[in-house]
Amino acid sequence: MLKARGVTRKFGGLVAVNNVDFEIPRGSISAIIGPNGAGKTTFFNVIAGIYAPTLGTIELDGKPLISPPTGAGREPILLVVPMIPFVGLAVYFLIAVGGDTGLVEGVASVAVALLGFVGALLLNIVRPTWYNRLIKRIGVTRPARPNDMVVAGLARTFQNIRLYKSLTTLENILVGMHVHMHGTFLGALFKTRQVREEEAAAEQRARELLAFVDLAGMENELAKNLPYGKQRLLEIARAIASRPKLLLLDEPAAGMNPKETEEMTALIRRIRDELGITVLLIEHDMRVVMGISDHITVLDHGEKIAEGLPKEIRTNPKVIEAYLGRGAAAGH
Amino acid sequence: MATASVTSSTAGRLLGNLRLPFGILVFLGLSLGVLGIDQFVNALTLGAIYALVALGYTMVYGIIELINFAHGDVFMVGSFVAMFISSSLLGNEGSITSIPLLAVSVLVLFALTISVMSLVGALIERLAYRPLRRAPKLAPLITAIGVSFILQNIIQFFFGPTIVTVPQLVPVEWSIQVAGSRVPLLNLFVIATSVVLMVALQLFISRTRTGRAMRTTSMDRDASSLMGVDINRTIMITFLIGSGLAGAAGVVHGLYYGNTTFSLGFQSGLKAFTAAVLGGIGNTAGAALGGFLIAFVEVGASAFGYGRWGGAVVFSLLVIFLVFRPTGLLGSHTGDRA
Amino acid sequence: MSGIADAVSAPFAPVRAYFRRHRSFGIFVGVVLLSIALPLLTRVPPFDGIQSTNAWVNAFTTAAIYAMLAMGLNVVIGFAGLLDLGYAAFFALGGYTYAFVASPFTGVHLPFWPMLLAGGVVGAIFGVLLGAPTLRLRGDYLAIVTLGFGEIVPITLMNADKFTDGVNGIGGIDKPSIPGVLQFTLTNPWPMYGLVIALFTLIMIMIYRLEDSRLGRTWDAIREDELAAESSGVNIVIAKLQAFAVGASIAGIVGVVNAAKITIVTPDQFRFAVSISALAAVVLGGMGNTIGVATGAFIIYLFQSILLKQLNTLVENFNIPVLNQIDFLEFQYVLYGIVLVLMMLKRPQGIFPARRRMREFAPLKIGKGGLK
Repeated sequence: MLKARGVTRKFGGLVAVNNVDFEIPRGSISAIIGPNGAGKTTFFNVIAGIYAPTLGTIELDGKPLISPPTGAGREPILLVVPMIPFVGLAVYFLIAVGGDTGLVEGVASVAVALLGFVGALLLNIVRPTWYNRLIKRIGVTRPARPNDMVVAGLARTFQNIRLYKSLTTLENILVGMHVHMHGTFLGALFKTRQVREEEAAAEQRARELLAFVDLAGMENELAKNLPYGKQRLLEIARAIASRPKLLLLDEPAAGMNPKETEEMTALIRRIRDELGITVLLIEHDMRVVMGISDHITVLDHGEKIAEGLPKEIRTNPKVIEAYLGRGAAAGH
Repeated sequence: MATASVTSSTAGRLLGNLRLPFGILVFLGLSLGVLGIDQFVNALTLGAIYALVALGYTMVYGIIELINFAHGDVFMVGSFVAMFISSSLLGNEGSITSIPLLAVSVLVLFALTISVMSLVGALIERLAYRPLRRAPKLAPLITAIGVSFILQNIIQFFFGPTIVTVPQLVPVEWSIQVAGSRVPLLNLFVIATSVVLMVALQLFISRTRTGRAMRTTSMDRDASSLMGVDINRTIMITFLIGSGLAGAAGVVHGLYYGNTTFSLGFQSGLKAFTAAVLGGIGNTAGAALGGFLIAFVEVGASAFGYGRWGGAVVFSLLVIFLVFRPTGLLGSHTGDRA
Repeated sequence: MSGIADAVSAPFAPVRAYFRRHRSFGIFVGVVLLSIALPLLTRVPPFDGIQSTNAWVNAFTTAAIYAMLAMGLNVVIGFAGLLDLGYAAFFALGGYTYAFVASPFTGVHLPFWPMLLAGGVVGAIFGVLLGAPTLRLRGDYLAIVTLGFGEIVPITLMNADKFTDGVNGIGGIDKPSIPGVLQFTLTNPWPMYGLVIALFTLIMIMIYRLEDSRLGRTWDAIREDELAAESSGVNIVIAKLQAFAVGASIAGIVGVVNAAKITIVTPDQFRFAVSISALAAVVLGGMGNTIGVATGAFIIYLFQSILLKQLNTLVENFNIPVLNQIDFLEFQYVLYGIVLVLMMLKRPQGIFPARRRMREFAPLKIGKGGLK
């Protein structure tokens, strides 16, 4: 389902991820493991659209998703070119009117030039899809942003939980659903029927999601007042809310006691089994990893050193060496 | 995310060793040719004043990541304090021609003004900023704006909204001849004062324990406190020094222009802040460089007849730098925020 | 404070519940009642001694204009969390746009009512234009850039003599009129009062609806955690631009009204102090709380225009030696500064904290293990 080829990410001189090939089969629960500093989170963040890859591409369902940004040098052209017709018009106008440039003509010219400027600026900032396709023709591809990933069908959680702390659990989930909601600005201002119905339906679904992660009854609790374990569940609920095809979980079991870990494992399985969402997780807790993963990839120092089924990884000498050092590997 | 800025500041410093002095010389040469000696000296003088004020901005931002909005007004109050001292205490209404008397008066003026303004700055820190040190960043910024407003309007209240004359103790007529043009000694005095103070600051920061404490606190406050640095004291000293420099700039401003007004802080303060950003916020050498650059831009704009637009040009520079190159020309020296 | 309010209004519970569900109607009723009650109040002592009812009504109108500015700024600062220090620029642009097409300066005389809308559009365009460069900046840098723009606009207005008559500004601006029905004159403040109150109600209703909408929630998310919001699928760029656009268009509309009321626009009317006064109202009233900031604006305006004037008459009448040399009206700017400093130090959430802001500043509930 997701294919990463040759993904490399450099930070200045530091190579955090080096030429990693990676494939996630649809409907699987895959895991990335590796010692600290192996580049797992960086790789994760590349898939999530937070970092652009220095090299390599990522495909989702056969369609290109992420590739290194190109043509950055040509960006200023993008700003200037759309302005030219407008500024040209303004200048021509001024010349045609000549010395008789009255007040109104002057302002009108400025207004037209300004319009061109605003238009160009807006295009460059908002980057509607047709504009992106257009500029791809001249060789400019812009790095993908995390919200583009969500639109494409990815969703993620964070290692150190990033909830909207002062919002209620319901509101947190609703934000996750925005990507599929179509109420317009004017619709909101005039409280049209479409908007009201959409909001009601969204709220209903949000409640269902809360129940799915066992948080029913806590709709109006502020996110920051939830205990740690429940915050993790809420973040997952928010991620699922955007109806992703692929869910990226960054250390979902971190900081949890055994019972909570068990519940989390069961939840992840249910997400795959009942909701049909493919899951990719980073995890340090080997019980979780070995327990639910169909497929494990091991990174060390930014490179892939092993991949395969859990029982293969468990006995792989390179993996043991990476975690425990050369002596331990030899001892096995 | 944070790493990009590390790279550019390192690159900036490596290349800067070669590129920068050369660039500066070229720039100075060109300006001299374009502006002529008179305006060139004016630009240097204005730059000296801006640099002194910019230092305060940059040091405070470097250490607590706060844009001290009130700093420009500390500069302004300093000029009023100097005016008050020289006209009331020293009893002077015009220039002093006797050199020993002049030297003493000027020294007294500096000593008193700098002391007073240092205390004012430290007081502001203690009362308005320190309680908000752990608050979200917007809170002390809004407070700083409030303090700035209070200062401006207290001065306006007591001294009126118009321009107030300041005794120019150093006679304006004293001058030397350079390449056919008359260069007033006053200008040289301002430039020299500024350079001396900047060098003293640089020595202080690099050679003394407190200076070192200031540098480490701006890089990593928590680690510094774990190493035994008294954070409150270090920050207070930063404010003392920054405000003292602003006070000195106030003295110098009054002596040079012969006048001051309540809105001086707002206008010049924002320009000095632009200078700090231009040079690289948190970077003292950058603040100095930025100060002179901004002055040249302003004087240049005047020379070409666009004096009224000077403010808009400088603010536009500020916007451009903040958006496209927030680390400034020489790289910024604040602790990287995650 | 809320405990007392709750106790007092307990018997009115069913009424409150009704208005909570039909909030727009509630706002309408509330504003209408208030706008009738206030002028009536000025007929009784001690208020009738201070100034005539007409003068009071004029003051209320100005206060309402100021309150609308505060509500607009609140959308940018309170909802989206973007510290805009150059808000007066949009106010200026709205005013000058109308002045340009409704005064002897250009000779063009377009009618007022469509220009109200045009003011909003101009505001929105400039809101996007001036907001765009700030999109990736941190809070304090964003503030400075907006401040820079807030300075560039009046400087430009002042210096582009040919287009704006520089320092003199544009005068003789047309007043609005409903032909045959209503004439707005310089001496009768009531039509303008009615217009402003109607606009105030409309804007307040619209802002509340936005706050509860998907966009309002998006702004909350951005304010809380931008990275998380983006990873939830929120388009940060568009949402921030929308905040700027909404805030600026409100200022634009209010600018048109203000120009029509005062009949003259000069660059001096739109200095930094104006942006700061709006900020003070927002900070005082409660960032994020629409009614709160409107109230904050009223308090500040009435304080500075009425109370300070009274202080002047008081010290004059009693002939207090040093104080009667002072013109207390000058204090109004110090007032803004003091409000900002005191509120930030003592009660940053404002007098009337927004429900959500109260939670942000409130201590964590410890007990369920939520120690973060």
